[in-house]
Amino acid sequence: MEKFLRDSGHLIRPAIVLLAALGLFMVIRGAVVPKGFGQYGHFRPGALADIRQHPIVYAGQATCVLCHDEEGKVRASGKHAHVACEICHGPLAKHADDPAANIPKLPVVATLCARCHEKDTAKPKTFPQVVTAEHSGGMACNDCHKPHNPRL
Amino acid sequence: MIPGVDGFMYPNEVELQWSVLIVLYPFVTGLVAGAFILASLERVFKVEAVRPTYRLALLTALAFLLVAPLPLQLHLGHPERSFEMYTTPHSSSAMAMFGFVYLWYLTVVLLLEIWLEYRSDIVRLAQSSKGFLRLVYRALTLGSMNLSPEARMIDDKVGYAVTVIGIPSAFLLHGYVGFIFGSIKANPWWSTPLMPIVFLFSAMVSGIAAVLLLYMASMKLKKTPIDMRCVDTIAKYLFYTFVIDFTLEILDLIHRTYESDESFRSLDFMVHTRLWYSHVVLQIGLGTLIPLALLAANQLWKFSELKRRVMYVTACSLTMIGIFAMRWNVVIGGQLFSKSFLGYTTYKVDLVTREGLLAAIALMLLPFVIFFVLVKLLPPWQESEAHKA
Amino acid sequence: MEITRRDMLSVGGKLLMIASVGATFEQITGAEPPSDAYRMADHWWGMIIDIDKCIGCGNCVRACSNENQVPKDYFRTWVERYEVPEGYVNPRVSSPQGAINGFPPSKQTSLKSFFVPKLCNQCADSPCVQVCPVGATFVSPDGVVLVDKEYCLGCRYCVQACPYGCRYLHPATETVDKCTLCYHRITQGLTTACCENCPTGARQLVDFKDPKDPVHEFLRNNKVTVLKPNMATQAKVYYKNLDGSVR
Repeated sequence: MEKFLRDSGHLIRPAIVLLAALGLFMVIRGAVVPKGFGQYGHFRPGALADIRQHPIVYAGQATCVLCHDEEGKVRASGKHAHVACEICHGPLAKHADDPAANIPKLPVVATLCARCHEKDTAKPKTFPQVVTAEHSGGMACNDCHKPHNPRL
Repeated sequence: MIPGVDGFMYPNEVELQWSVLIVLYPFVTGLVAGAFILASLERVFKVEAVRPTYRLALLTALAFLLVAPLPLQLHLGHPERSFEMYTTPHSSSAMAMFGFVYLWYLTVVLLLEIWLEYRSDIVRLAQSSKGFLRLVYRALTLGSMNLSPEARMIDDKVGYAVTVIGIPSAFLLHGYVGFIFGSIKANPWWSTPLMPIVFLFSAMVSGIAAVLLLYMASMKLKKTPIDMRCVDTIAKYLFYTFVIDFTLEILDLIHRTYESDESFRSLDFMVHTRLWYSHVVLQIGLGTLIPLALLAANQLWKFSELKRRVMYVTACSLTMIGIFAMRWNVVIGGQLFSKSFLGYTTYKVDLVTREGLLAAIALMLLPFVIFFVLVKLLPPWQESEAHKA
Repeated sequence: MEITRRDMLSVGGKLLMIASVGATFEQITGAEPPSDAYRMADHWWGMIIDIDKCIGCGNCVRACSNENQVPKDYFRTWVERYEVPEGYVNPRVSSPQGAINGFPPSKQTSLKSFFVPKLCNQCADSPCVQVCPVGATFVSPDGVVLVDKEYCLGCRYCVQACPYGCRYLHPATETVDKCTLCYHRITQGLTTACCENCPTGARQLVDFKDPKDPVHEFLRNNKVTVLKPNMATQAKVYYKNLDGSVR
């Protein structure tokens, strides 16, 4: 037995190297794995908070009508009732946070209305669409249709 | 119209995600597995004829294994975070599990086997060399100078056990790479249960061919006569392995063509157009059929030594190119077609970027540099010369 | 120098101690629970899309791009136009810049044509989450598939594994990015940017755990499907009246 240990004694050396490396790995791992990893699943729970902190860019129509309830009422009685404010007026969370400091620019009617209402075979048949070149004789859309309630 | 795109691709699919570096990675790990299997031919299966290449094969495997993670590191968006695969591995991810397979194979199989095989040389060199090299060899002895015949016999027995464990480990090493592709249900070019096996056998083919070429090149450089019996035997096993590999690939092709599922027409068109040169001409024609013919000829007829050497070098070089082409066709081919089956994109290889052609070439040359250093540090021939003496 | 049994025991013991101390480091510190009114366990998010309402205006794509600073030429959401020919073979599909500026006029030559908005399907059995090697992408407890950009390696395995093509590598952060279902908005009671800005109500955010949510009636009363049902990803974006030619 003693003889066997002496002849195979050198084999313990690579084993020691391996175990030492393993031990070192466990120590490093303990220091490096993020806090709470695995709490909700195999991920870093801090990621949820990180993503939730992303700034809001669109205020949402519920916020717009808090101040602009007149326009909201006009809109609610017409065909654009479900067209949110920011669809035409662009992202306005900054404006909602500080209205005087961030005054939104009026949308460009020439391109805006056609984007939805230009006639196209792929659009649903029941959706109101016209060939704009033939429809208005060169006049701007909002010369006749008021955007908040487009009914004539 | 988007340049390079024909038909329709989902907007985020136009740009390829996995570049030529990801082609390189399975090629390199394949060489490792193949070289090791050749080494095990002698150690475990007692094919004594290939003994002259035993140590060479081990050093080849090590040189390529050390380089294998490098293409991956260059490819990652954040290589400084790659340790996360070891600290928080996701057990459902083949890629994560592969990190451990790699470490296991490197330490418990390859390094241990090389240490056991070379131990007597290392101890001798630790005593005879001078200066910095002396320190290196002394470190490599791990502090033990025991070279008694009984200790050597135990080394031999343990080395045998390590090689026996090493064979399924090598299968796991490269089979896993195949599984990384084969388990992706979203990609019909990759998704097949045959993928790990095809990868493994093509790895064995490329690894055996690589060792054969390195052996012949080394003997040429040392101006030593080539052991033709060894080389003939290796070529014979290369032929058998190649036949299996080819059968598997033809099986995959026949299966796809016969079943003709929703992806078939799109993939078929891709092979006939964008992959014509790399798949049909390079992989199948030059890389498989010609080497098979050359190797088969040597099983049927006896040629002169010079003719055999030329045929083997040609066959092995074409084989390595063909297996590289196979990796290219799998990795790049799998990203050239749209998952809508309605379009194709183009892969433009950059030249000097992190994932460009120059990086790929440098990474392909690096294993040979490492191999050269290893051969100088741990000469593979002294043992066979000692045998003769 | 010979090794004795005593040496083996002492070295082994020391190593074991080091390893166990290191392993317990992780348990000492824990994460703070989020301290607000939103409880993840009360929600299970998804989306419903009515193909018959989509007019291909591209507002959703623009809104998403603004809300989430999506890099140019990459898309968290996009709209495809299908023009199905007579004979019903391969449809002609286009998505010019993801439809961020809408579409050019359709040709009149097809059997039928329609628009299909697409986004991350927030799969409950997500193949992209399955393959992530480190846990950088995950399904949140409230059913949203998210990417932790502080943890992502940028290996792009998830991009390969997604059957729907909704992931991409963000060129600035070099991490993978994709639709987050506007997680930062929905956890504060707002709807997603794309749903907010859809003029026809074709896209609607839904919460399966809310008994008052319109999704239950929607699923009950309509013929619905998910994209690529054969992939069995348990996708949570349901399409009403989606044609079989859609890829």
